[in-house]
Amino acid sequence: MKKLIPSFALLTGLFVVWELVCMLGNISKTVLPAPSDIFQALVTYRDLLLIHTVQTVEEALIGLFVAVLLGVSIAVILFLFPRVRAAVYPLLVISQTIPMIALAPLLLIWFGFDLFPKVIVVVLYCFFPIAIAVTDALHAADQNTVDLLKSMRATKWQILKFVRLPSSLLAFFSGLRISATYAIGGAIVGEYVGAYRGLGVFMQTSANGHAIDLVFAALVIIAAISTFFLGLVSVAERIFTPWKNVYE
Amino acid sequence: MTGNLIVRDLSKTYATADKQVPALSGINLEVKPREFVSVIGPNGSGKSTLLKIVAGIISPTSGTFAISGTAAYMPQDHALLPWRTIEENLLLPSDVKKISRETMRKKIRDLLVEFGLEQFSNLYPASLSGGMRQKAALLRTTLQNPSLLLLDEPFAALDALTRLEAHEWLLLLLEKMHAGVLLITHDIREAIYLSDTIYVLSPRPGTVLEKLTVPLPRPRRHEHLQTPEALALEKKLFSLLINKL
Repeated sequence: MKKLIPSFALLTGLFVVWELVCMLGNISKTVLPAPSDIFQALVTYRDLLLIHTVQTVEEALIGLFVAVLLGVSIAVILFLFPRVRAAVYPLLVISQTIPMIALAPLLLIWFGFDLFPKVIVVVLYCFFPIAIAVTDALHAADQNTVDLLKSMRATKWQILKFVRLPSSLLAFFSGLRISATYAIGGAIVGEYVGAYRGLGVFMQTSANGHAIDLVFAALVIIAAISTFFLGLVSVAERIFTPWKNVYE
Repeated sequence: MTGNLIVRDLSKTYATADKQVPALSGINLEVKPREFVSVIGPNGSGKSTLLKIVAGIISPTSGTFAISGTAAYMPQDHALLPWRTIEENLLLPSDVKKISRETMRKKIRDLLVEFGLEQFSNLYPASLSGGMRQKAALLRTTLQNPSLLLLDEPFAALDALTRLEAHEWLLLLLEKMHAGVLLITHDIREAIYLSDTIYVLSPRPGTVLEKLTVPLPRPRRHEHLQTPEALALEKKLFSLLINKL
């Protein structure tokens, strides 16, 4: 936490400057609301914001959870079946060059305005960093240790279970950290093209109504949730990789 | 079968993309029951390859080997699992063999007490010194109840003093086990101090240059290294190795 003090100080300074610029420059609230206006909006519209936030968080969490399962499964399958890997791995990388924002309208047409298409967008954003990180880590396991298990006549599954999977945990959390930052953004993208509820559609309608303070209020919530997700990943990493703390 | 390990005409050639690289050529070697055998040779003489073949990790290109009983292999670099505590690391052989952990725990505790590691049993390998890590790895090797230990330069990463200590606890451990040893090393004095028999390998592809018997009594003392017989053997080994560089 101490490490965050400089960032927190900088942020506070920026907010103060922002507030002063708005106040002294007499800037209209519909162009650039001051931090105090945004805070005011957060308080005033808290019930409405909560409804939309819950929806977006739900999409992001379900999507992230599915992405973890999918990412790790893909990694293990690609590891176990080299031929599948040879065919799939390059396509997997190329698939990431397709902008998700272009897929979102199609998902809307196919699956409608509900939760499901948003979850798909989140999964598409989030599975890749996990799949790639874990695939590479499974291959990079220490050869001496693999040899040791082979000398004990361990099966391929046992080597996976005792050596390769545990040694991929650190890489998994690196991938998960990236995915966690993508999750909310993915849900917002999914909502942007059409939804009943969620911060994405809330921001869009607010912007259309020139309620810029509400757009910023939503942005503050998005930043806060993403930071919270990152914090959760760090806590999980500390719990699941206790041996790592020895080096610190 | 006359011994724990018999190696006959063993050869290994590694195939890379564009050429064949011979690593071992026509190796004959024997480890009798409870005999301590060292294999010494320059880098690239295929010492580790020989051990990996005998450990069943890679297969030879030609030739045969036979082990009566079971062999336990300790790779270069302790290969302790960083995410397991010392006690859990020692449970690895029984986990692989699917033996219940409870039956092993008492045995492991006793072993850790005997070798002065009991206060580290719940620590991760990263918080131990290099010497203690090697010791833990060696104890793990012995927990496979082997009749033959296959040790690949187990003390190479240790400083000179820690290495001398390590020799003592290896010999202590061997007195309690009824196991032979095949040790890979590039340390001439280590080979003399520990071994009954020393095989000298040539540079790539490795062949047996000489098989030497160590004329020293057991239990070994460091003074033994200063006897004329030991010094003569050291000189002979040195000239065999240095001439081949």
